Amino acid sequence: MPRGEIVALKGLDLEVHEGEFFGLLGPNGAGKTTTIGILTTRVRPTSGSALVGGADVSSAAVRVRQRIGVVPQRPNPDRSLNVIENLIFHAAYFGIPASKALPRANELLEQLGISDKAQAKVDEMSGGQQQRLMIARALIHEPRVIFLDEPTVGLDPQTRLSLWGILRVLHDEGRTIVMTTHYMEEADKLCDRIAIVDRGELLELDTPEALKQRAPGGTLVELTLAGDASPVVEVARQLEGVLRVEANGPLLRVYSDRGGRIISPLIALAENTGVVVTNISLTEPSLETLFVSRTGRKLD
Amino acid sequence: MIEPQPVRASAVFFALLRRDIRVARKELIFFLVRTTMQPLLFLIVFGYLLPKMSFLGKGYQTVLLPGILAVSLSVSAIQSVALPMVQDFGWTKEIEDRLLAPVSTQLIAAEKIIAGSLQGVIAAAFVLPIARLVMGPIPALTLSHAGEVLIMVVFGSVAFSALGMWLGTAIAPQQIGLMFSVIIAPMLFFGCAYYPWRGLDVVPVIKYLVLINPMVYVAEGMRGALTPEVPHMPLPLVGLALLTIVAIFWTLGMRSFHKRAIG
Repeated sequence: MPRGEIVALKGLDLEVHEGEFFGLLGPNGAGKTTTIGILTTRVRPTSGSALVGGADVSSAAVRVRQRIGVVPQRPNPDRSLNVIENLIFHAAYFGIPASKALPRANELLEQLGISDKAQAKVDEMSGGQQQRLMIARALIHEPRVIFLDEPTVGLDPQTRLSLWGILRVLHDEGRTIVMTTHYMEEADKLCDRIAIVDRGELLELDTPEALKQRAPGGTLVELTLAGDASPVVEVARQLEGVLRVEANGPLLRVYSDRGGRIISPLIALAENTGVVVTNISLTEPSLETLFVSRTGRKLD
Repeated sequence: MIEPQPVRASAVFFALLRRDIRVARKELIFFLVRTTMQPLLFLIVFGYLLPKMSFLGKGYQTVLLPGILAVSLSVSAIQSVALPMVQDFGWTKEIEDRLLAPVSTQLIAAEKIIAGSLQGVIAAAFVLPIARLVMGPIPALTLSHAGEVLIMVVFGSVAFSALGMWLGTAIAPQQIGLMFSVIIAPMLFFGCAYYPWRGLDVVPVIKYLVLINPMVYVAEGMRGALTPEVPHMPLPLVGLALLTIVAIFWTLGMRSFHKRAIG
């Protein structure tokens, strides 16, 4: 590889089963979008190979494209066309005649709750509505595999919930879904299996339940101190209910089975040591604490 | 997994073309204004006012007409491909839905070039009657070689549409303004559009330097087909040059599109 080139993926070995709802979870820059790009034939891998439904993404890109639907991170509808035209033309690019595409397009708009926008210009739609249009577009040619790249970024909580509902229906219909996200909750609630990735590498791969069991015990309390946290580590370990303590620069990470009650003894302790606490955060045992324990960083 | 029915490439090609025609029809008025404005201004000043003031001889109109047509079709063909490419790849990513179509990226690029050439042909067909209207009867203008005119218009449109594909995918979006001032403007002024190539006999250095300019062949081709009495390059030579230019820009355009399309 030429010098100076950025390695987005360092070897990600995964298999997604037919009909599975698969999540790729990781922070920004983890290589999630690159992975989706490779699997949807839009990015050429410099090494390695990937198959979608048995077809190679490099040597049989056309066959791969025929069986997939893609929902991009940012809606990219064809703004020169109106909503229904977006769907009819996309179907036409897959060889589906308008007579067949039109009823299907109307049905999808109905299902996604934007049927009143059929004749609207794309620019007249809100972000959430455009994202729904992207989902309709990804489904118009009835693909068996659907890729979604951070589909709920930038959506309000209500729209996010309704999108989750839509994705569950697609999954129930037996489609294979591959979704990237950096929202723990989203991965936890929707996916059959989750791959946790960071810096282009696979860290964990399992069902959400199994992953959460693997999370280090207790609540994670993070204190940001005004100075170096390492002098506090030893004393903090002596506190009752503390399972594990780590220091990372001014950041003190304490895993405790006493939940939030550990906070006030911790603050008192830090101040006795002569350092001021500038910030506190508390995280219940979750995919998030697993991620932090594996990477030393938070997800977002 | 059930193997889906393969899609016919020709069906996808025509779907892409239908999309571009639909969009062009919606924007027809803007397209015509954009296409006609510059040639119209040129025609009024150089084809009407200056000859009327006797600064330019009547014969100048005969020289100007084929050049104006060449400029209109070329600029229109370049713009109709380069501008959408710059936008699509630079910001909007709107072309993504077509890049996901189950056909090769080459076919998608080829369709764009063909659609752009159609706009070049329409521009020429639209500007010719306007020119005739502004300048009045033009001595030596003949439509008896309509076949040759059409060939020149088509070759020129495809060449410049392919050039538009190359420029639109190779130039950074921030530099698109530069494309007009550094590439297109010199191309127009040294393109033998406003004077015949043989006129450059008086400055041999420029006469041979301009041969690298593709516009020269479109202008001279139009001249040979529309006003054969004015000295011009031999048409078979012009045809050969244009075919070579089409081959070069087509290859460069395809390659550059593919590079942008597949990251």
